[in-house]
Formats: sequence, C-alpha cells, structure tokens
Amino acid sequence: MFQRAKKVLVHSYHLAVKDLLVFARDRLRLVTFVIMPIFLMVMTGYVFPNQNALKNAPLGIVNLDVGPVGAQIVSALSQPVSSQGEKMLKLTYLQSEAEAEQRIREQEVNGAIVIPADFSSKISAGQQATITIITDQSNPQISLMMSGALETLMSSISNQMATDKVEKLIPEVPDPQSVINPFVVKSKGIVPGNPNYFEFMAPGIMAMVIMMAAMIGLAGSVSRERELGTLDGILSAPISRLSIVVGKSFAQGVRGLLQALLTLILAVLLFGVVVHGNLGLLILLLILTVFSFIGIGIMISAVSSEQETAMTIMMTVMFPMIFLSGAFFPVQQMPTALQWVSKAIPLTYSVEALRKCIVLGTGISGMLTEIWVMLGFGVVFLAVAIPVFSRVTTR
Amino acid sequence: MNMIEVQELTKRFGSFTAVDRVSFQVMKGHIFGFLGPNGAGKTTTIRMLCTLLRPSEGTATVAGFDILKQPNKVREHIGLVAEKIILYDQLTAAENLTLFGRLNNLPEKEIKQGIEKWLSRLHMEQWRNSQVGTFSTGMKQRINIARALLHHPDVIVLDEPTLGLDPQTTRAIHEFISELSQEEITVLLTTHDMNEADSLCHEIAIIDQARIVAIDTPRNLKRLVSEENTGVIDIEIANPSEAILSRLRQMEAVASLVETDTYRLRVRTKGSNAVGSIVAAIASEGGQIRAINSVEPNLEDVFLHFTGRQMRDVSTGKVPSSHRPPWRRRASRVR
Repeated sequence: MFQRAKKVLVHSYHLAVKDLLVFARDRLRLVTFVIMPIFLMVMTGYVFPNQNALKNAPLGIVNLDVGPVGAQIVSALSQPVSSQGEKMLKLTYLQSEAEAEQRIREQEVNGAIVIPADFSSKISAGQQATITIITDQSNPQISLMMSGALETLMSSISNQMATDKVEKLIPEVPDPQSVINPFVVKSKGIVPGNPNYFEFMAPGIMAMVIMMAAMIGLAGSVSRERELGTLDGILSAPISRLSIVVGKSFAQGVRGLLQALLTLILAVLLFGVVVHGNLGLLILLLILTVFSFIGIGIMISAVSSEQETAMTIMMTVMFPMIFLSGAFFPVQQMPTALQWVSKAIPLTYSVEALRKCIVLGTGISGMLTEIWVMLGFGVVFLAVAIPVFSRVTTR
Repeated sequence: MNMIEVQELTKRFGSFTAVDRVSFQVMKGHIFGFLGPNGAGKTTTIRMLCTLLRPSEGTATVAGFDILKQPNKVREHIGLVAEKIILYDQLTAAENLTLFGRLNNLPEKEIKQGIEKWLSRLHMEQWRNSQVGTFSTGMKQRINIARALLHHPDVIVLDEPTLGLDPQTTRAIHEFISELSQEEITVLLTTHDMNEADSLCHEIAIIDQARIVAIDTPRNLKRLVSEENTGVIDIEIANPSEAILSRLRQMEAVASLVETDTYRLRVRTKGSNAVGSIVAAIASEGGQIRAINSVEPNLEDVFLHFTGRQMRDVSTGKVPSSHRPPWRRRASRVR
C-alpha cells in the first residue's frame, strides 16, 4: 500500500516536472503567462475609476450674485486638486440657469452650480441663502461623485462663514463649532489607509487567474497531449491513472500559483495595494483555491476530446462563475436568487477569503468557513473527476 | 510459445463496428504484419492490445497477461510506436527517454545504459542533448523507437512505422526491425505498404472492413492465390494476329487477357494444365512463341483475391470526421 502510494507520487512528480519543463522552454507560452495578469491588472485598475478621482470634470457655473460671497465661492471652486496633482473641476462660466440646463443636455458639462442674485444680500441680511446644484442624470456615477465633492466643498465654506458669525455674536463661547455642530460623526476603518477600488479588485483577479490556470490550463494541457499523441505514451506506461491526474494538476497548480503571486506583486508595486494579512496565510489560501478548481478542470478535460470543445465548455462555465463570485461586483447587491447561485461557486469563497486576508488583515480563525468550503469543493470534485478521467481515457 | 493471443476481439463505437471478432496468435520473435487499407481497423486493434481502448467483446493476452485483467502488466511488456510520434518537442532526446524510462520504473543506471545502447544502435548518439523539436521526421522516429524499446518489452507494436519517411530511413528501420526479431523481440506491425509487409513479416493478417480475411505467411498467401487461379503468365509472340487473340479469349483456361505491348500478352489463367492448352492453341493458329514467363503473384493480387477490390481503391473509403454528426466524431478519431 505504502509502496504503491510512493510510486504514484514519484510518477506524478516526474510528469509534473516534464510539464513545467516543456512549458518553461516554450517562449510563446511563457510570454502569455506573464502578460495575462499584467493585462488584467492594468485593465481593471484603470478602467474602473477610483472613488475620489474626479479629474477635470466639466462643471458649469452660473453666478448671478454681484456681492462678495458669490465671488468667494467661485474662487474656492477653482482650487481643489486631486491626489495626483490634477484639477478636479474644469469650470465653465454661464449666464443663466436655462443655459446651464442646455449645456448639460448637450453633454458639454457634467453638472452646474447656480448662485442666485440675492445670495450675498440675503446672507448679510441674516437670512438663509440657497445654492442649487444641477445634476446630470445621464451619468449617475460622475454626477454622484460631483455632487458629493460639491456638497463637501460648500458645507466647508458655509461652515467657515458660520464660524466667523458665531465668533462675532457670542464671543464668550470657547469653540464656535460647538454651536454650529454640537457633535460630529467620525468614520474609521479597521486598517490604516484608504482602500481604493483596486484593493477590492486585486483578490478577485488573483483568484480568477488561478481558476483560469487550473481549468483552462489543465484541460488545455490534457487535450493538447491527446492531439499530439503523447498522451498515448503516458497512458500506455505502467502507471496509475491517478499519477497522471496528480502530475498534471500539480504542474498547473504551480503555474497558477506563480501567476497569482505575479499579480500580487504587480498590485503592490503598480497600484499601491497593501497586504494587511499574513503572507503565509495568503499563500495557503491561493493553494486552496488551486485545489478547489482542479477537479472541475480534470472533469472537463476528460470529457472533451478536442481542445476546441474543452475551451467552449470552459467559457460557458467560467463566465457566470466570474460574474457571480463577487470578484468584480459585490454579491450583496445581487438579487436573492443569484446570491444563492453565488454560494454554490468555489470562486466566491476564495475571493472572500483572499479579500479578508489582503484588505482587512483577518487571521485564519476569521475565515474557517471559507477554508472548509474550498476544501469540500476540492474533495468532492476530485472524487468525481478521477474515476471519470480514468474511465474516459481507456474507452 | 505465443507472445500475443487474440480471441474474438471486437470494438464498436456506437453502431459502427471498427473491429469485428478478430482472432490471431503471434509467436515469440516473429514479425506479424497487419495489412489493410486505412480505416480497416488496424489501429483500433493495436490500441486495444496496448490497453488504450477497452474491447467491446473478446479479449487478448500479451506476454501471457490479459489486457482486461492485468493492464499494467501488459503495459510493462509492450512498447508502442504509434502513428503520432510520442515525444515532447521541447525536451531533448535524452530527457524524453529518461522520462519514459522513469515512468516504466527503470532504475536510473539502467536508463542511462539503455539510452547509450539504443541511441548508438540507431545512430543517433550525437543528437542526445538536442531538443526533439529540431529533428527531422526520420530522426524523431528513431528516437521514438528507442523510447518504445527502453524498458525491454517482449512485444513492440509499430503502427505504420515508415509512413512519410524517406527511402533511406525506411530501409534502416526495416533492417532494425529484422534485427529485433532475431533478438527474440516479437514485432506487431501495421502497414498498407505491400512491399514492407512482404519483405519483413513472418506472417500477415489481411484486414478489411473490420475483419481479418486471411492469415498466413506471405509465401503461403501468394501460393493460395496461384493454386486457385493457377496464376499469371506473360507470353511473347513473334507474329501476333487477331486470330490468335480471339481464339485465346474464347478459351476456358483464360480468365483475362491484356496486351502489354505489340508482342506481349499478360494472361491470367485458371484450371489445370492451362498453360499447356494455351501454348497448343497459339501453335495451332500459327503463332511462334518466343518466351513464356510465369509471373509471381504479389500481395496486391492476394488482397484483390480476398476482398474483390484493389487496396488503393478502398483507401479513400473512410468517412472524414467532419462529415459525421458531432455525436459520432469521437468514434471517428480512432483509426
């Protein structure tokens, strides 16, 4: 028994080394291996905007006020600069509210701000004045970001004015803020720093890269050998079918793992992602991710006799997995039925655990559910896949 | 002692029967040839013997081990040279051989010795550390044969080993196969090359449309044709005339008659003493016979005799896989 297990492992090892050697000497495959994660990272990193990156957003200004306060606000609007040193707003001066609406319709500006004629006079007369923000409903995301930025800006200007007034009216108050805002709300994360959208994305991409290596890579490698004819050589050698499965899986697993680590390094270097959790735990999670997908990969490669069929099945299986797993879109925002489907996908748990580890620095005790589920998926799929593989390979 | 014993081996893919109740035996050290057109079932039979396909019915033993009950034992005693070359282009010759040696549980030392031995016998020793992808087809096939022999198999199976090779390499491989047989290695060979089968094999099975239609030594097969048909003769006549020709065409002893040139006739004869009566008929019409040669029938004639068709006619009879419905494609992948 022990002798047999040892033989299986020795044969698997030789087959895995062969696969990796063949792969390492194939320059074209090596190039795509490196380019794929870079491409994914750069694409998602730049295409999906990060929250406070309002860049040169065109804003219309209608200043009907002749007094000093309107001018003060306009000059404040031209000030704000983003973290990359670029201006957040590009101002266009307009004549009337009607013109502002027209410009929005023509999509020349993504929003407008209207300061009424009686603005300064109302304030100096001790009355409350109003500023109107006109939003562009065709572009909800930019308009949301813009109104957010404008409201923050306006309230800080208005706060400044209020402070001046309170100091004049009740000089005996030690802090005028205590009159204007008796209390403030503070929000605080559990890890230092401001997570961007990319920190949300990086774990998803890592899990996806592994899934692709384990599924596409494995099925592709089996069907390529089948077409080349070399699979017959392996199958006619006196080795256990298990060795073939384990050897192939191991080689593809190593590739997936390397690719995921490459993704992580790129995420840290190019996109400023910070790993808050334990690096060892992270690698363990990546290995578990490989394990949870190997079975599906083997099953697909056993069933499909041609590379093309393998790829077609793969795409049909993979796309829903990627979109329902929460790799790119939060699961909580999906309809209930899809949330249930999402729970049946191993990728969901992998992404969740990786995200906990990278973004929140959660320890192993905080992700036991995910770990058990991934192990479970792996064991169940392998238990089905290995007999299917050995039966199909000797029809 | 029989190295291979096949009993009623049958393989069906859906409703298509690729191999139909095939039985034969191969003695130790013999070269056994499977002769037949493409799609006749040669490769399917071989794949079953190599445990790459499971028979639908029947079974076989290789080196005394049952292909169904002890597949791993069979694999230890058989070496496969399939139609597609079983080598990795990105690995060197030595790396390829080492890998397959290890998969066959050979000790490292033995692998090293085996590589030296076979590479030098196949005149490939200077290419030991070059990647196989840089080799010509002939060079690849030599390494491929070395790979199949590395684990000292009792039986080596060669599926169309010289297909697409240049005449020089083909001759070298033929010589090598004969040497193997002298070293008591049993050879099972498929081919659709008549000359290859004739010159190389101790025994030949003619396989057509999934069935073995004849098994014997090449000489006996040819004799069988000539005994039943009494054979083929070439007659050279000094003064041929229409009268001679029409007389001959009416004779019972003449099965067919072809004028090969002005003075020469090729006659397929039948019945006993056919040659005597033909000579008498020509003489009685005033013909002067310059020469008569008996033409030895070749395996082409044998194939024609058993199947009623010429082999090169049927080689296109296989249905291309793209013309089959998708659910049948898999079956068609096996030749």
